[in-house]
Amino acid sequence: MNERMVHLEVLRYDPQVDGEPHFQRYEVPCKEEWVVLDALNAIKESIDPTLNYRWSCHMAVCGSCGMMINGEPRLSCHAFLRDFEGVIRVEPLANFPIERDLVTVADDFIDKLKRVKPYLIPGENKPIAEGEYTQTPAQLMKYRHFSMCINCMLCYAACPQYALQPLFLGPAAITLAHRYNLDSRDGGREERQQVIATNEGVWECSFVGACSEVCPKAVDPAGALQQVKVASTLDWFREHLLPGNAK
Amino acid sequence: MAKSNKPIVWSLFAAGGTLAALLAPVLVLLFLLAAMGHVPELLAYAQLHAFAAHWLGKLFLLTVIALFLWHAAHRLRVALHDFGLRQDRLVAVAVYLVAALGTLLSVLYLARI
Amino acid sequence: MRYMSREVTCVFIGAFALLLLCAVERLSEGQAAYESFLVAITGPWSTLGLSIVWIFAVHNAISWFNVTPKALPVQIGEGFLPGRFIVAAHYAAWILISLAVLFFAGVL
Repeated sequence: MNERMVHLEVLRYDPQVDGEPHFQRYEVPCKEEWVVLDALNAIKESIDPTLNYRWSCHMAVCGSCGMMINGEPRLSCHAFLRDFEGVIRVEPLANFPIERDLVTVADDFIDKLKRVKPYLIPGENKPIAEGEYTQTPAQLMKYRHFSMCINCMLCYAACPQYALQPLFLGPAAITLAHRYNLDSRDGGREERQQVIATNEGVWECSFVGACSEVCPKAVDPAGALQQVKVASTLDWFREHLLPGNAK
Repeated sequence: MAKSNKPIVWSLFAAGGTLAALLAPVLVLLFLLAAMGHVPELLAYAQLHAFAAHWLGKLFLLTVIALFLWHAAHRLRVALHDFGLRQDRLVAVAVYLVAALGTLLSVLYLARI
Repeated sequence: MRYMSREVTCVFIGAFALLLLCAVERLSEGQAAYESFLVAITGPWSTLGLSIVWIFAVHNAISWFNVTPKALPVQIGEGFLPGRFIVAAHYAAWILISLAVLFFAGVL
């Protein structure tokens, strides 16, 4: 089995002990097919058990292992060692406070996610006797790719507007609101618009597009946000120009 | 949090952007040719004056100037914010004022033709 | 960043709009005023300046066309119209409009 020594420079920070974050260099023998997560696991198992980081599925579906690898927001289970040369710099996900080492405080994102009501709000309540809410494949395709979000927060790390304005709802939250707005079974669009059609909602976005570039599930949050802008603009004209539509 | 009023500027920005994308290159080309000494027929006084005298010509010129200015204003505002100029309110007022002034002046000048 | 080079094109669009405004203003003042404007914009510096404006105008157009499909997806049945069709349609419109303007202006 092909093995090589991989050098990782990992950010360490224990708020109860350290004044500020610092880097620690590790040298760990790695197999050729390994990902950064495997290297971290090897470090934790045999070199330094005090290293802290999140991970779970190891196959890019749970969204737990997001971190900055050589300055780019990546899933550590999705970053192959063979694609890197030299020392690999591993830091916690940008734009979030550090809880410890590579673990960030995700509360801000979770809070925003809750605010956009990312669940179906039926337009009319159908009694069970009337059967299920049905949907054609075409209706599903309308929002399907937006539903692939694994809440990994890489898009928040990549977004320069989120970095500048922490109140910004952010790519994933607004994309998920849009996913439900587009769902034919949903009737909660107006409620969500109150949250996303605000200055700290979609209007903070300047279409840099970095979010879509780093998304591991090709959700295309940038596209979703532009669509929300178009829809919100049409709403605005309808509300302000057509009489009797005031809400 | 109230719903934003950003859509007004954004729709001007988007309309201006599309118009600029489609028209700016060829319009600039006309003036570039003039700069090189080959003034296109339309840019000669008689033709351009006749063009601007017609209400369609006026509409075209006004739309182009106004939308280009509003598009540039909004985009500049956002870009300056990204570059680090944080006084957004001040920047917004400044750029939109220029765009508004430009629009007003175009109306005035075109009305004189 | 690529984003910044895209955004900064707006300065040149704005500058050109102001040039158009000047042209219109001179036009409204009569033949002499307008023709002195034409003389003023003739020459090597002007050519250089307008060439730079032209390059940025084109960069603006190309980057704008590339992102438009994201904002306005067209669903056909169960799929979406591939972005490149929308982009291609914009380029086609761009070429048609440009040719029309050039023809109308007497260049072609």
